[in-house]
Amino acid sequence: MSAQAEKLDVSVWRGDSDGAYQTFQVPAYESQTILDVVSWIQQYADPTLTYRFACRVGMCGSCAMMVNGRPRWTCRTHIKTVVKDGAVQIGPLRNLPVIKDLAADMDPFFDKWVAAGGVHAPSGSRYDPIEPVDPAGPERTEASAGIECINCSVCYAACDTVAGNADYLGPAALQRAWTLYNDAKHDARESILDAVSGTGGCHNCHSMGSCTVYCPNELDPMSAIAGLKRETAKNFFRKRG
Amino acid sequence: MRPSRAHPLWLAFVLHRVSGVALALFLPVHFWVLSYALTQPEKLDRFLSFADQPLVKIAEFGLVFLLAVHLAGGLRLMAMEWLPWSGPQKSLAAGAVGAALLLSGAFFLQVISV
Amino acid sequence: MLDLRLYMAQRISALIMAPLTLGHIAVMIWAVQGGLSAGEILGRTQGSVFWFLFYGTFVAAVSVHAAIGLRVIVYEHVGISGKTLTALTWAVFAVLIAMGARAVWAVTAGAGGA
Repeated sequence: MSAQAEKLDVSVWRGDSDGAYQTFQVPAYESQTILDVVSWIQQYADPTLTYRFACRVGMCGSCAMMVNGRPRWTCRTHIKTVVKDGAVQIGPLRNLPVIKDLAADMDPFFDKWVAAGGVHAPSGSRYDPIEPVDPAGPERTEASAGIECINCSVCYAACDTVAGNADYLGPAALQRAWTLYNDAKHDARESILDAVSGTGGCHNCHSMGSCTVYCPNELDPMSAIAGLKRETAKNFFRKRG
Repeated sequence: MRPSRAHPLWLAFVLHRVSGVALALFLPVHFWVLSYALTQPEKLDRFLSFADQPLVKIAEFGLVFLLAVHLAGGLRLMAMEWLPWSGPQKSLAAGAVGAALLLSGAFFLQVISV
Repeated sequence: MLDLRLYMAQRISALIMAPLTLGHIAVMIWAVQGGLSAGEILGRTQGSVFWFLFYGTFVAAVSVHAAIGLRVIVYEHVGISGKTLTALTWAVFAVLIAMGARAVWAVTAGAGGA
Protein backbone atom coordinates (compact mmCIF):
# COMPACT_ATOMS: atom_id res chain seq x y z
CA MET A 1 0.00 0.00 0.00
CA SER A 2 1.49 3.30 -1.01
CA ALA A 3 1.22 6.35 1.22
CA GLN A 4 0.17 8.51 -1.77
CA ALA A 5 -3.07 6.58 -2.13
CA GLU A 6 -4.33 7.94 1.17
CA LYS A 7 -6.26 11.20 1.32
CA LEU A 8 -6.77 13.58 4.22
CA ASP A 9 -9.96 15.59 4.74
CA VAL A 10 -8.58 19.06 5.50
CA SER A 11 -11.07 21.78 6.37
CA VAL A 12 -9.63 25.23 6.10
CA TRP A 13 -11.08 28.59 7.14
CA ARG A 14 -12.05 30.78 4.16
CA GLY A 15 -12.91 34.47 4.23
CA ASP A 16 -12.73 36.98 7.10
CA SER A 17 -14.38 36.64 10.51
CA ASP A 18 -17.73 35.90 8.80
CA GLY A 19 -16.24 33.10 6.73
CA ALA A 20 -16.69 29.34 6.93
CA TYR A 21 -14.68 26.13 6.67
CA GLN A 22 -14.07 24.58 3.27
CA THR A 23 -12.91 20.98 2.97
CA PHE A 24 -10.16 19.82 0.60
CA GLN A 25 -8.90 16.33 -0.17
CA VAL A 26 -5.15 16.37 0.27
CA PRO A 27 -2.86 13.42 -0.53
CA ALA A 28 -1.03 12.11 2.53
CA TYR A 29 2.76 11.73 2.40
CA GLU A 30 5.44 10.57 4.76
CA SER A 31 7.05 13.39 6.77
CA GLN A 32 4.35 15.95 6.03
CA THR A 33 3.87 19.03 8.20
CA ILE A 34 0.64 20.98 8.63
CA LEU A 35 2.24 23.79 6.62
CA ASP A 36 2.97 21.29 3.83
CA VAL A 37 -0.72 20.41 3.73
CA VAL A 38 -1.79 24.07 3.59
CA SER A 39 0.81 24.73 0.86
CA TRP A 40 -0.46 21.76 -1.16
CA ILE A 41 -3.97 23.23 -1.15
CA GLN A 42 -2.68 26.62 -2.26
CA GLN A 43 -0.47 25.14 -5.00
CA TYR A 44 -2.71 22.38 -6.38
CA ALA A 45 -6.32 23.03 -5.34
CA ASP A 46 -7.02 26.74 -4.82
CA PRO A 47 -4.35 29.39 -5.51
CA THR A 48 -6.47 32.05 -3.78
CA LEU A 49 -5.90 30.48 -0.34
CA THR A 50 -4.17 33.06 1.86
CA TYR A 51 -1.75 32.04 4.61
CA ARG A 52 1.52 33.24 6.07
CA PHE A 53 4.90 31.56 6.44
CA ALA A 54 8.57 32.35 5.94
CA CYS A 55 11.36 30.22 7.40
CA ARG A 56 9.69 26.76 7.60
CA VAL A 57 12.10 25.77 10.42
CA GLY A 58 10.45 27.21 13.54
CA MET A 59 12.44 30.41 13.83
CA CYS A 60 10.36 33.21 12.33
CA GLY A 61 7.04 32.75 14.11
CA SER A 62 4.92 33.47 11.01
CA CYS A 63 2.97 30.27 10.45
CA ALA A 64 1.03 29.71 13.68
CA MET A 65 -2.60 28.63 13.16
CA MET A 66 -5.40 26.95 15.07
CA VAL A 67 -5.25 23.23 14.40
CA ASN A 68 -8.22 21.22 15.70
CA GLY A 69 -8.86 24.10 18.09
CA ARG A 70 -5.29 24.25 19.41
CA PRO A 71 -2.78 26.96 18.50
CA ARG A 72 0.32 25.41 16.91
CA TRP A 73 3.40 26.28 14.86
CA THR A 74 2.40 24.56 11.64
CA CYS A 75 5.89 24.21 10.11
CA ARG A 76 7.14 22.11 12.99
CA THR A 77 4.05 19.99 13.62
CA HIS A 78 3.66 16.70 11.82
CA ILE A 79 0.21 16.29 10.30
CA LYS A 80 0.20 12.69 11.63
CA THR A 81 0.17 13.95 15.21
CA VAL A 82 -3.03 15.98 14.71
CA VAL A 83 -5.12 14.00 12.20
CA LYS A 84 -8.20 12.39 13.74
CA ASP A 85 -10.02 9.78 11.64
CA GLY A 86 -8.31 11.09 8.53
CA ALA A 87 -9.49 14.65 9.09
CA VAL A 88 -8.05 17.91 10.43
CA GLN A 89 -9.39 21.44 10.87
CA ILE A 90 -7.12 24.45 10.31
CA GLY A 91 -8.14 28.02 11.15
CA PRO A 92 -6.60 31.46 11.70
CA LEU A 93 -5.13 32.29 15.13
CA ARG A 94 -7.70 32.95 17.85
CA ASN A 95 -8.01 36.31 19.65
CA LEU A 96 -6.84 38.28 16.60
CA PRO A 97 -8.83 39.85 13.74
CA VAL A 98 -8.94 37.69 10.60
CA ILE A 99 -7.60 39.37 7.45
CA LYS A 100 -8.43 36.52 5.09
CA ASP A 101 -8.44 32.73 5.30
CA LEU A 102 -5.54 31.63 7.53
CA ALA A 103 -3.87 35.04 7.85
CA ALA A 104 -4.63 36.78 11.15
CA ASP A 105 -3.97 40.47 11.71
CA MET A 106 -0.96 40.55 14.06
CA ASP A 107 -1.16 44.32 14.74
CA PRO A 108 -2.83 44.08 18.19
CA PHE A 109 -0.24 41.51 19.23
CA PHE A 110 2.72 43.72 18.30
CA ASP A 111 1.07 46.94 19.52
CA LYS A 112 0.77 45.34 22.94
CA TRP A 113 4.40 44.17 22.75
CA VAL A 114 5.37 47.86 22.49
CA ALA A 115 2.78 49.00 25.05
CA ALA A 116 4.26 46.62 27.65
CA GLY A 117 7.60 48.41 27.32
CA GLY A 118 9.06 45.81 24.96
CA VAL A 119 11.24 48.11 22.87
CA HIS A 120 14.85 47.81 23.94
CA ALA A 121 16.48 51.00 25.20
CA PRO A 122 20.26 50.57 25.24
CA SER A 123 22.03 51.71 28.39
CA GLY A 124 25.25 52.50 26.50
CA SER A 125 26.50 53.33 23.03
CA ARG A 126 29.05 51.63 20.78
CA TYR A 127 31.69 53.99 22.14
CA ASP A 128 31.28 52.76 25.73
CA PRO A 129 33.35 49.83 26.92
CA ILE A 130 31.42 46.52 26.97
CA GLU A 131 30.20 45.77 30.45
CA PRO A 132 30.49 42.11 31.38
CA VAL A 133 27.27 40.23 32.20
CA ASP A 134 27.49 37.04 34.25
CA PRO A 135 25.41 34.52 32.27
CA ALA A 136 24.78 32.53 35.44
CA GLY A 137 23.70 35.50 37.57
CA PRO A 138 20.14 35.42 38.96
CA GLU A 139 18.88 38.39 36.88
CA ARG A 140 20.42 37.13 33.65
CA THR A 141 18.98 33.66 34.31
CA GLU A 142 15.48 35.19 34.52
CA ALA A 143 16.09 37.23 31.36
CA SER A 144 17.56 34.31 29.42
CA ALA A 145 14.53 32.15 30.20
CA GLY A 146 12.36 34.23 27.87
CA ILE A 147 14.64 35.32 25.03
CA GLU A 148 13.84 32.43 22.71
CA CYS A 149 10.36 33.85 22.05
CA ILE A 150 9.70 33.93 18.28
CA ASN A 151 6.58 36.18 18.45
CA CYS A 152 4.37 33.47 16.95
CA SER A 153 1.36 34.50 19.08
CA VAL A 154 0.51 30.91 19.99
CA CYS A 155 0.33 31.90 23.68
CA TYR A 156 -1.82 34.93 22.83
CA ALA A 157 -4.25 32.70 20.91
CA ALA A 158 -4.30 30.14 23.74
CA CYS A 159 -5.07 32.66 26.51
CA ASP A 160 -8.67 32.81 27.75
CA THR A 161 -7.93 36.02 29.64
CA VAL A 162 -7.13 37.72 26.32
CA ALA A 163 -10.38 36.26 24.94
CA GLY A 164 -12.42 37.88 27.70
CA ASN A 165 -10.44 41.10 28.09
CA ALA A 166 -9.44 42.89 24.88
CA ASP A 167 -7.19 45.33 26.78
CA TYR A 168 -5.06 42.60 28.35
CA LEU A 169 -1.48 42.78 27.07
CA GLY A 170 -1.17 39.00 26.89
CA PRO A 171 1.55 36.45 27.73
CA ALA A 172 4.15 37.22 25.02
CA ALA A 173 4.28 40.98 25.60
CA LEU A 174 4.43 40.54 29.39
CA GLN A 175 7.14 37.90 29.14
CA ARG A 176 9.11 40.32 26.95
CA ALA A 177 8.63 43.00 29.63
CA TRP A 178 9.93 40.61 32.30
CA THR A 179 12.93 39.76 30.13
CA LEU A 180 13.86 43.43 29.67
CA TYR A 181 13.18 44.17 33.34
CA ASN A 182 15.90 41.65 34.19
CA ASP A 183 18.27 42.84 31.44
CA ALA A 184 21.18 44.78 32.94
CA LYS A 185 21.70 46.53 29.59
CA HIS A 186 18.14 47.84 29.30
CA ASP A 187 17.91 51.50 30.21
CA ALA A 188 14.17 51.80 30.99
CA ARG A 189 13.70 49.09 33.58
CA GLU A 190 11.68 51.03 36.15
CA SER A 191 9.22 52.32 33.56
CA ILE A 192 8.41 48.70 32.67
CA LEU A 193 6.71 48.21 36.04
CA ASP A 194 4.44 51.19 35.24
CA ALA A 195 3.79 49.92 31.73
CA VAL A 196 2.55 46.55 33.03
CA SER A 197 0.48 47.99 35.92
CA GLY A 198 -2.33 49.64 33.95
CA THR A 199 -5.85 48.36 33.34
CA GLY A 200 -4.63 45.81 30.77
CA GLY A 201 -1.52 44.88 32.71
CA CYS A 202 -0.02 41.76 34.27
CA HIS A 203 -2.47 41.83 37.19
CA ASN A 204 -5.27 40.58 34.94
CA CYS A 205 -3.53 37.22 34.50
CA HIS A 206 -5.38 34.31 36.13
CA SER A 207 -2.41 31.92 35.94
CA MET A 208 -4.40 29.36 33.96
CA GLY A 209 -1.14 28.55 32.22
CA SER A 210 -2.34 27.82 28.67
CA CYS A 211 0.54 30.02 27.45
CA THR A 212 3.09 27.76 29.11
CA VAL A 213 1.31 24.57 28.01
CA TYR A 214 1.12 25.57 24.33
CA CYS A 215 4.36 27.56 23.80
CA PRO A 216 6.14 25.73 20.96
CA ASN A 217 9.55 26.77 22.30
CA GLU A 218 8.65 25.47 25.76
CA LEU A 219 8.98 28.89 27.38
CA ASP A 220 7.09 29.75 30.58
CA PRO A 221 5.25 33.09 30.20
CA MET A 222 3.02 32.29 33.20
CA SER A 223 6.02 32.34 35.56
CA ALA A 224 7.39 35.47 33.88
CA ILE A 225 4.07 37.24 34.53
CA ALA A 226 4.17 36.00 38.14
CA GLY A 227 7.60 37.68 38.36
CA LEU A 228 6.09 40.98 37.19
CA LYS A 229 3.30 40.66 39.77
CA ARG A 230 5.88 40.04 42.50
CA GLU A 231 8.02 43.04 41.55
CA THR A 232 5.06 45.42 41.15
CA ALA A 233 3.69 44.28 44.52
CA LYS A 234 7.08 44.84 46.18
CA ASN A 235 7.20 48.28 44.60
CA PHE A 236 3.68 49.00 45.88
CA PHE A 237 4.80 48.37 49.48
CA ARG A 238 8.09 50.23 48.98
CA LYS A 239 6.29 53.37 47.79
CA ARG A 240 4.05 53.28 50.84
CA GLY A 241 6.62 52.01 53.33
CA MET B 1 -13.22 28.17 17.49
CA ARG B 2 -11.99 27.33 20.98
CA PRO B 3 -8.73 25.64 21.88
CA SER B 4 -8.87 22.44 23.85
CA ARG B 5 -7.80 23.74 27.24
CA ALA B 6 -8.58 20.97 29.65
CA HIS B 7 -5.10 20.88 31.21
CA PRO B 8 -4.65 20.75 35.00
CA LEU B 9 -3.96 24.44 35.69
CA TRP B 10 -6.85 25.54 33.46
CA LEU B 11 -9.16 23.23 35.42
CA ALA B 12 -7.76 24.71 38.64
CA PHE B 13 -8.63 28.18 37.30
CA VAL B 14 -12.20 27.08 36.47
CA LEU B 15 -12.61 25.53 39.91
CA HIS B 16 -11.38 28.76 41.55
CA ARG B 17 -13.75 30.89 39.48
CA VAL B 18 -16.80 28.66 39.93
CA SER B 19 -16.21 28.28 43.68
CA GLY B 20 -15.71 32.04 43.98
CA VAL B 21 -19.01 32.84 42.24
CA ALA B 22 -20.86 30.21 44.28
CA LEU B 23 -19.47 31.57 47.56
CA ALA B 24 -20.30 35.15 46.56
CA LEU B 25 -23.90 34.14 45.83
CA PHE B 26 -24.14 32.13 49.07
CA LEU B 27 -22.84 34.97 51.28
CA PRO B 28 -25.95 37.22 51.25
CA VAL B 29 -28.14 34.22 52.11
CA HIS B 30 -25.78 33.25 54.92
CA PHE B 31 -25.81 36.80 56.32
CA TRP B 32 -29.60 37.00 56.01
CA VAL B 33 -30.17 33.79 57.98
CA LEU B 34 -27.73 34.82 60.72
CA SER B 35 -29.50 38.15 61.10
CA TYR B 36 -32.51 36.24 62.40
CA ALA B 37 -30.51 35.68 65.58
CA LEU B 38 -31.22 39.28 66.53
CA THR B 39 -34.79 39.68 65.37
CA GLN B 40 -36.40 36.22 65.39
CA PRO B 41 -34.26 33.53 67.10
CA GLU B 42 -37.07 30.97 66.63
CA LYS B 43 -36.74 31.40 62.85
CA LEU B 44 -33.02 30.67 63.07
CA ASP B 45 -33.79 27.52 65.04
CA ARG B 46 -36.37 26.45 62.48
CA PHE B 47 -33.78 26.98 59.77
CA LEU B 48 -31.19 24.96 61.68
CA SER B 49 -33.59 22.03 62.06
CA PHE B 50 -34.32 22.24 58.32
CA ALA B 51 -30.53 21.91 57.89
CA ASP B 52 -30.71 18.53 59.65
CA GLN B 53 -32.01 16.81 56.52
CA PRO B 54 -29.52 14.51 54.75
CA LEU B 55 -29.75 16.36 51.43
CA VAL B 56 -29.06 19.69 53.09
CA LYS B 57 -26.08 18.12 54.84
CA ILE B 58 -24.64 17.09 51.50
CA ALA B 59 -25.18 20.64 50.24
CA GLU B 60 -23.37 21.93 53.35
CA PHE B 61 -20.51 19.58 52.60
CA GLY B 62 -20.42 21.09 49.10
CA LEU B 63 -20.27 24.62 50.51
CA VAL B 64 -17.46 23.78 52.91
CA PHE B 65 -15.61 22.10 50.05
CA LEU B 66 -16.03 25.22 47.86
CA LEU B 67 -14.75 27.42 50.69
CA ALA B 68 -11.78 25.14 51.38
CA VAL B 69 -10.88 24.72 47.72
CA HIS B 70 -11.10 28.48 47.09
CA LEU B 71 -8.84 29.04 50.11
CA ALA B 72 -6.28 26.38 49.16
CA GLY B 73 -6.31 27.34 45.48
CA GLY B 74 -5.90 31.01 46.38
CA LEU B 75 -2.95 30.24 48.65
CA ARG B 76 -1.34 28.31 45.78
CA LEU B 77 -1.76 31.30 43.45
CA MET B 78 -0.34 33.76 45.95
CA ALA B 79 2.61 31.48 46.69
CA MET B 80 3.32 31.32 42.96
CA GLU B 81 3.01 35.07 42.53
CA TRP B 82 4.77 36.36 45.60
CA LEU B 83 7.31 33.79 46.74
CA PRO B 84 10.59 33.68 44.82
CA TRP B 85 10.22 29.91 44.90
CA SER B 86 7.87 28.24 42.45
CA GLY B 87 7.17 24.58 42.97
CA PRO B 88 5.55 22.08 40.60
CA GLN B 89 2.27 23.93 40.02
CA LYS B 90 0.29 20.90 38.82
CA SER B 91 1.10 18.94 41.97
CA LEU B 92 0.35 21.97 44.14
CA ALA B 93 -3.02 22.45 42.42
CA ALA B 94 -3.84 18.78 42.99
CA GLY B 95 -2.69 19.17 46.60
CA ALA B 96 -5.05 22.13 47.04
CA VAL B 97 -8.01 20.01 45.93
CA GLY B 98 -6.81 17.22 48.23
CA ALA B 99 -6.55 19.52 51.24
CA ALA B 100 -10.02 20.90 50.51
CA LEU B 101 -11.48 17.38 50.35
CA LEU B 102 -9.78 16.52 53.63
CA LEU B 103 -11.20 19.58 55.42
CA SER B 104 -14.70 19.29 53.97
CA GLY B 105 -14.62 15.52 54.55
CA ALA B 106 -13.84 16.07 58.23
CA PHE B 107 -16.79 18.47 58.38
CA PHE B 108 -19.06 15.97 56.62
CA LEU B 109 -18.15 13.16 59.03
CA GLN B 110 -19.12 15.45 61.89
CA VAL B 111 -22.53 16.42 60.48
CA ILE B 112 -23.55 12.87 59.59
CA SER B 113 -22.40 11.42 62.92
CA VAL B 114 -25.23 13.27 64.70
CA MET C 1 -9.78 45.91 34.24
CA LEU C 2 -7.58 45.06 37.21
CA ASP C 3 -4.90 47.65 37.81
CA LEU C 4 -2.24 47.33 40.50
CA ARG C 5 -4.42 49.02 43.14
CA LEU C 6 -7.36 46.61 42.72
CA TYR C 7 -4.99 43.65 42.47
CA MET C 8 -3.36 44.59 45.78
CA ALA C 9 -6.77 45.06 47.43
CA GLN C 10 -7.76 41.60 46.16
CA ARG C 11 -4.58 39.90 47.37
CA ILE C 12 -4.37 41.70 50.73
CA SER C 13 -8.02 40.92 51.53
CA ALA C 14 -7.26 37.29 50.59
CA LEU C 15 -4.24 37.19 52.91
CA ILE C 16 -6.32 38.61 55.77
CA MET C 17 -9.02 36.00 55.17
CA ALA C 18 -6.72 32.97 54.87
CA PRO C 19 -6.25 32.40 58.63
CA LEU C 20 -9.82 33.54 59.35
CA THR C 21 -11.23 31.02 56.87
CA LEU C 22 -9.17 28.22 58.41
CA GLY C 23 -10.47 29.28 61.81
CA HIS C 24 -14.03 29.44 60.52
CA ILE C 25 -13.80 25.93 59.03
CA ALA C 26 -12.28 24.62 62.27
CA VAL C 27 -15.11 26.19 64.30
CA MET C 28 -17.68 24.66 61.93
CA ILE C 29 -16.18 21.18 62.23
CA TRP C 30 -16.11 21.54 65.99
CA ALA C 31 -19.47 23.28 66.43
CA VAL C 32 -21.62 20.92 64.38
CA GLN C 33 -20.93 18.04 66.76
CA GLY C 34 -24.27 17.09 68.25
CA GLY C 35 -26.24 19.41 65.95
CA LEU C 36 -26.68 23.17 65.91
CA SER C 37 -29.14 25.41 67.72
CA ALA C 38 -29.53 29.17 67.81
CA GLY C 39 -28.93 29.11 71.54
CA GLU C 40 -25.67 27.21 71.13
CA ILE C 41 -24.35 29.56 68.43
CA LEU C 42 -25.35 32.69 70.33
CA GLY C 43 -23.98 31.30 73.59
CA ARG C 44 -20.59 31.12 71.97
CA THR C 45 -20.64 34.45 70.18
CA GLN C 46 -22.86 36.93 72.05
CA GLY C 47 -20.99 39.50 74.07
CA SER C 48 -17.65 38.25 72.78
CA VAL C 49 -15.27 40.96 71.64
CA PHE C 50 -13.06 38.28 70.06
CA TRP C 51 -15.79 36.90 67.80
CA PHE C 52 -16.97 40.42 66.98
CA LEU C 53 -13.48 41.34 65.76
CA PHE C 54 -12.98 37.95 64.10
CA TYR C 55 -16.16 38.03 62.04
CA GLY C 56 -16.14 41.83 61.64
CA THR C 57 -12.73 41.65 59.96
CA PHE C 58 -13.90 38.67 57.94
CA VAL C 59 -16.96 40.52 56.64
CA ALA C 60 -14.95 43.62 55.72
CA ALA C 61 -12.32 41.58 53.85
CA VAL C 62 -14.81 39.33 52.07
CA SER C 63 -16.83 42.33 50.88
CA VAL C 64 -13.73 43.80 49.20
CA HIS C 65 -12.62 40.43 47.87
CA ALA C 66 -15.99 39.35 46.43
CA ALA C 67 -16.69 42.78 44.90
CA ILE C 68 -13.39 42.78 42.99
CA GLY C 69 -13.72 39.11 42.04
CA LEU C 70 -17.24 39.56 40.67
CA ARG C 71 -16.09 42.72 38.86
CA VAL C 72 -13.51 40.72 36.90
CA ILE C 73 -15.95 37.91 36.11
CA VAL C 74 -18.72 40.27 35.00
CA TYR C 75 -16.27 42.13 32.76
CA GLU C 76 -14.79 39.00 31.18
CA HIS C 77 -18.00 37.04 30.68
CA VAL C 78 -20.75 39.68 30.38
CA GLY C 79 -18.72 42.50 28.87
CA ILE C 80 -19.94 45.29 31.18
CA SER C 81 -17.25 47.96 31.54
CA GLY C 82 -16.54 51.58 32.42
CA LYS C 83 -18.70 53.46 34.92
CA THR C 84 -21.38 50.77 35.00
CA LEU C 85 -18.78 48.24 36.06
CA THR C 86 -17.39 50.55 38.76
CA ALA C 87 -20.92 51.19 40.05
CA LEU C 88 -21.60 47.45 40.09
CA THR C 89 -18.38 46.80 42.03
CA TRP C 90 -19.33 49.34 44.68
CA ALA C 91 -22.91 48.04 44.84
CA VAL C 92 -21.72 44.48 45.53
CA PHE C 93 -19.35 45.81 48.18
CA ALA C 94 -22.10 47.91 49.83
CA VAL C 95 -24.68 45.10 49.90
CA LEU C 96 -22.22 42.57 51.32
CA ILE C 97 -20.79 44.83 53.99
CA ALA C 98 -24.24 46.05 55.08
CA MET C 99 -25.74 42.55 55.29
CA GLY C 100 -22.54 41.17 56.82
CA ALA C 101 -22.34 43.88 59.46
CA ARG C 102 -25.96 43.22 60.40
CA ALA C 103 -25.25 39.48 60.73
CA VAL C 104 -22.12 40.05 62.84
CA TRP C 105 -24.05 42.44 65.07
CA ALA C 106 -26.89 39.94 65.38
CA VAL C 107 -24.70 37.12 66.63
CA THR C 108 -22.21 39.05 68.77
CA ALA C 109 -24.15 41.93 70.35
CA GLY C 110 -25.91 41.42 73.65
CA ALA C 111 -25.13 39.97 77.03
CA GLY C 112 -24.32 36.45 75.84
CA GLY C 113 -25.27 33.05 77.19
CA ALA C 114 -28.73 33.14 75.63
